[in-house]
Amino acid sequence: MNKLVVSLSPHVHSGDSIAKNMYWVLIALVPALICSFISFGVGALITTAVSVLSCVLCEWFVNKFMMGNDKCTVCDGSAILTGVLLAFNMPSNIAPWIVVIGAFFAIGVVKMTFGGLGGNLFNPALAGRAFLLISFPVQMTTWPTAGQGFDSYLDAETAATPLALMSQAFKGDTAALSQLPSAWDMLIGNTGGCLGEVCALAILLGLVILLAKKVITWHIPVSIIATVFVLSGLLNLIDPLRYADPVLEILSGGLMLGAVFMATDYVTSPMSAKGQLVYGVSIGFLTVIIRTFGAYPEGMSFAILIMNAFTPIINQYCKPKRFGEKPVQK
Amino acid sequence: MKSFKIGGVHPAENKLSAAEPIKVSRLPEVAVYPMGQHIGAPAKPVVNKGDKVKVGTMIAEAGGFVSAPIFSGVSGTVLKIDTVVDASGYAKPAVYIKVEGDDWEESIDRSDKLVTLKEKPELTADEIKDKIKNAGVVGMGGACFPTHVKLCPPPGQVPQWVIINAVECEPYLTADHRLMLEKADEILVGVDLLMKAGNVEKGFIGIEENKPDAIQLLTEKAKASYPKIEIVPLKTKYPQGGEKQLIDAVVGRQVPAPPAIPVNVGAIVQNVGTAFAVYEAVMKNKPLFERVVTVTGKSLAHPSNYLTRMGTPMSLLIEDCGGLPADTGKVIGGGPMMGKALINIDVPICKGSSGVLILNEKEARRGEEQPCIRCAKCVSACPMGLEPYLLATASGKRMWDKVESEDITSCIECGSCQFTCPSHRPLLDNIRMGKQTVMGIIRSRQAK
Repeated sequence: MNKLVVSLSPHVHSGDSIAKNMYWVLIALVPALICSFISFGVGALITTAVSVLSCVLCEWFVNKFMMGNDKCTVCDGSAILTGVLLAFNMPSNIAPWIVVIGAFFAIGVVKMTFGGLGGNLFNPALAGRAFLLISFPVQMTTWPTAGQGFDSYLDAETAATPLALMSQAFKGDTAALSQLPSAWDMLIGNTGGCLGEVCALAILLGLVILLAKKVITWHIPVSIIATVFVLSGLLNLIDPLRYADPVLEILSGGLMLGAVFMATDYVTSPMSAKGQLVYGVSIGFLTVIIRTFGAYPEGMSFAILIMNAFTPIINQYCKPKRFGEKPVQK
Repeated sequence: MKSFKIGGVHPAENKLSAAEPIKVSRLPEVAVYPMGQHIGAPAKPVVNKGDKVKVGTMIAEAGGFVSAPIFSGVSGTVLKIDTVVDASGYAKPAVYIKVEGDDWEESIDRSDKLVTLKEKPELTADEIKDKIKNAGVVGMGGACFPTHVKLCPPPGQVPQWVIINAVECEPYLTADHRLMLEKADEILVGVDLLMKAGNVEKGFIGIEENKPDAIQLLTEKAKASYPKIEIVPLKTKYPQGGEKQLIDAVVGRQVPAPPAIPVNVGAIVQNVGTAFAVYEAVMKNKPLFERVVTVTGKSLAHPSNYLTRMGTPMSLLIEDCGGLPADTGKVIGGGPMMGKALINIDVPICKGSSGVLILNEKEARRGEEQPCIRCAKCVSACPMGLEPYLLATASGKRMWDKVESEDITSCIECGSCQFTCPSHRPLLDNIRMGKQTVMGIIRSRQAK
């Protein structure tokens, strides 16, 4: 007779795995990548490819030669995902060497220094972006306009993004808001911006995929988008010439991308549903504050990074509701 | 559809033997009776080597109030009083009986005639409880808590409902399902008896909706003759049959954290197999010495449901289902979510043996452990609203104060967290270790 395996229950498993979750997120990102290619041409694909390759190589190198792990961690898909998300947060016409630096910072410093997958405190892709934004402010904020043909890359024409216009409006340029693209153009990605963030519709399709496959729950994306909508709606009611329409606010910049793909990063977001709502509302609040009153018009990335730092303390205080009524005191 | 409110998972149901009528299994050559088949004090043998016993003869008496007597399921001669390795993996004291013929105690009513409470209205609650106690009836869902103890609530606690657990939420198992289809009338009498014994006016039978035939049959019969018994269809979701989850689903009350027990919110929960055993004990004078066991597995030639005398080795049942498959990797006593992996297949069928499950080599292997990615799936799956990732990690670091303050003693060990973990982390292994340690710490603190 065979030797019997003896272990504690449960003896069956759902079949879920890290790789499955990561690859479903990647699949959910495909519509946005396609839209980006239509809007910005081949530059979108080149930047994404460079970013993914650099992230994967960096993780492989650090894992094998610096951490001395024989096991390959690249196959779980998390480095590929970081690469795609990092690229999605850059203009499509950015020089490839800047992308490589960003990728090495994201994986090498933000992720692997903390022990690799599961150990990092900050979202690697967003931290990489923030690092580049500070190091290369001009290149990172020179966005190409959409629809310049499929061969547009480094020589693409550039223009102010909707967020930059909103920021100008707040600073007193009363004509700025009238130059904003229509909500429809922003929904389908016919506007300038980072390569993955311009088509809100594609990102919402990604959200549907993630929810349907139960990769994430609704709490974080919905609470972020709702908070931004309500808060910017209130500001818009106060002074419509200085503050943009809330619909345009939630469709612009990295808000959708951030709410659906960045803030929901497993490792850096809270565990309980209650904690996720606190986290989402805080991100929405900070985003509006930074966008309106801050130096950078792009508030989303910083809002998420700030709340990443609060995640451990949110986990400490936002416990799931325990089963059981309060016992009667005798 | 009613359901418990927090967490839960949905494992593949794999009810392979649901359409298989209950067959009577053949008798073994030697039957073995471990003395610790229930929660509480082990039973004390009352027979000696060489004694002749009949089917239904008491071979061990209860070892205390929370305990139960054990009866022989076979007739023959006591071979020896020794030890046997039971499903727990430990060697336990046991009585060995060499089987000779099939000679039953005369006091047992072996006819098929249904006896209801209408025919025996003179039965009092205490008489029913006594008969249950003296027949050695324990909870047959697996935990084996002596039934009469549940029917005697602590002073000041008044039960309002008897809730029958006919959920059978463990994948693969079909013993309760078949019992309901084939012994519906007897089960309803059993519930009636439990309600009378507990002095309650309302009974519920909770059944998962994946057993529509059982729901329909019992609903019709209850409507016709038992207006106080209500059949409650429940959503197919694990662990719907957890005692606390069932109470939450059926009557919407949540039992407080331990040491509170179901009767604190007014509920007495009994398994459907127990209700049948109660019927037989009270109305047929038949002590608990046989039960329905599901023998199943994807590689097994003929997954079946057997009415089996206790003491029968599981290997005999496996043999009758086509033998142990060549690719067997693991044999489990019970279901795949909470059952125990066995170190040998000669373990005898006991009062709590609801199933024998055979997993093949591929199913038996655990996935490779990966780092925790804090995906929170274990938190959403936990039906007790705990944080399994935290309890497992802190238990591993031996932070006993921390896990106690994080309510580790509320864990019901259902395994939903580990089932759902994409990183294949042994969450429940660690949590069990932490829970046992913390419960020991609490006991020693109370002893001071």
